[in-house]
Amino acid sequence: MLYQMVLGRRFEEKCAEVYRMGKIGGFCHLYIGQEAIATGAMMALEPSDMVITSYRDHVQAMVKGIAPEAVLAELYGKIGGCVKGKGGSMHMFSKEHEFYGGHGIVGGQIGVGTGMAYAAKYKESGQVTLCFFGEAAVNQGIFHESLNMAQLWKLPVIYICENNHYGMGTSQERAMSTRNIAKKADAYEMANEFVDGMDVMAVRDAALRAIERARNESLPTLLEVRSYRYMGHSMSDPGNYRTREEIAKYQERDPIVLFKDSLQEAKVLGDKDFDAIEAKAAETVERAVKFAEESPFPPESELLTDVLV
Amino acid sequence: MALLTIRDALNEALREELKRDENVFIIGEEVAEYDGAYKVTRGLWKEFGSKRVVDTPITELGFAAVGVGAAMAGLRPVVEFMTWNFSVLASDQIINHAAKMLYMSGGQFNVPIVFRGPNGSAFQVSSQHSHALEAMYSNFPGLKVVMPSTAADAKGLLKSAIRDNNPVIFMEQERMYGMKGEVPEEADFTIPLGVADVKREGTDCTIVARSMTVPLALQAAEKIKEEFDVSCEVVDPRTIKPLDIDTIVGSVKKTNRLVIAEESHSFASVGAEIAYQVMDTAFDHLDAPVKRISTVEAPMPYAKNLEAAALPSVEKIVEAVKEVCYL
Repeated sequence: MLYQMVLGRRFEEKCAEVYRMGKIGGFCHLYIGQEAIATGAMMALEPSDMVITSYRDHVQAMVKGIAPEAVLAELYGKIGGCVKGKGGSMHMFSKEHEFYGGHGIVGGQIGVGTGMAYAAKYKESGQVTLCFFGEAAVNQGIFHESLNMAQLWKLPVIYICENNHYGMGTSQERAMSTRNIAKKADAYEMANEFVDGMDVMAVRDAALRAIERARNESLPTLLEVRSYRYMGHSMSDPGNYRTREEIAKYQERDPIVLFKDSLQEAKVLGDKDFDAIEAKAAETVERAVKFAEESPFPPESELLTDVLV
Repeated sequence: MALLTIRDALNEALREELKRDENVFIIGEEVAEYDGAYKVTRGLWKEFGSKRVVDTPITELGFAAVGVGAAMAGLRPVVEFMTWNFSVLASDQIINHAAKMLYMSGGQFNVPIVFRGPNGSAFQVSSQHSHALEAMYSNFPGLKVVMPSTAADAKGLLKSAIRDNNPVIFMEQERMYGMKGEVPEEADFTIPLGVADVKREGTDCTIVARSMTVPLALQAAEKIKEEFDVSCEVVDPRTIKPLDIDTIVGSVKKTNRLVIAEESHSFASVGAEIAYQVMDTAFDHLDAPVKRISTVEAPMPYAKNLEAAALPSVEKIVEAVKEVCYL
């Protein structure tokens, strides 16, 4: 788990670096600061379980099993990308890994994830669905429509609200009449839990409880996982709406440092072990860069494939 | 051949597909216990149960999304909108999700889903229940758009739509649910998407009509034949996307004149697209400018006389044919 978090951090740092070099176009939303959520929640899953998320999807894609090479090549818009350069930063997909995409319409994936869980129940496949979204998506109608149906029909879905406190540049305080997102599920009589998103083990434990409820009782859960994104909303965001002090305050409880310290305190991780993790992550990222650089652009013949009308 | 209403032909198609494939299910408002707002799903809940025929809350965006997600995960949903007017609430899921999923997932996730329901005007149901929305949905690559005008077409096309691996917009017409027509009784009768049908052969003027304007065009053709001895060919594309432009152009090359009759508003309509494509490929064959009959550029009024004045009619089509034939 620590390796996944470190890899996620280093990968996103590399994305920022190559984005500034002009290697990556379009929007690029980074996950730095939120690594404990994807890692903690998804490492509690079976490989056959389904995941769907928003446009901040690079790290989720990798934790679900998509190779870092394929994720970075996608960001480069290369044919070696996980969707052949057709999706870019916001649209990572892998059928093989039951990864149902990064989605660019705020909240849209909450409804789609509900439908995925619907299919799992219909087919009695035993799969659970993890559906990630940011706190701003909670203000969309689809959030409420979905939670109502999921509880009404008892669907095996876990809604994971990654509360990073900002919908682009608008703070939660300026956009939401209440602070407590988890409790919104009470309106639908749905199980819910508040989780510290900087503590990967807390995320994992909460996810395990919700997954068990979904798998064994076919019941949904809303988890509000409170976290913080260190970077702007996207690479084009200078972040003028918040102070350096605020960012520094959250960085004091950095999820990677917290987890590393707790492992070291428990004497299951030595200094050398952490160095080895860092080295392995750096090597993986470099390998991804090499792959993305060398992968060709998609041929023009790809322009009209995968659209059947 | 069996004489069926369009409503019953659609019902048969749904029943046969529910029987054929256990991954097919119907979801929407009042489709199950109420037997369907317009009775298209009559009897299906009793026969197939609550797993296969599913009543939803009034939550168009939500249940459209459930359909999209379920289709991505391997099911074949038939999503009913009580009217296509209500689909506008769900359009994010249809347009941004269903239509684009296959492409933006690099060909990995197809969305085999049918969105269906009545499109266009009914009987004095006024502004928010009368819009014909095919032009909007035809503007999104990734969606197929189907508009049957007879009982046989309704059945054969709906079965093909359910079997298609893409999202299909299937537009019926409330005014036409009770219209009867001969439907082949052969087992597993289907009609492929993307093939136009010549509903009446003729030599002097082509009328391209779809959905509600097909019976109007046929009446108009009859009238013109009687009054002016002008022979009209009525071409029904049946599917707007993919569009069988070859059949339309073939007809225009024969008649050298084209009238397009459609229920939607005229601005940026499907008729405008057909006129462009004919001009692009058969300009030299046209002996007169293309003429179009559409609903007037105003929301639908309630008053009976105003509603009639807003919509295409037999008389309006007759006038348009006279104009392109210089009569």
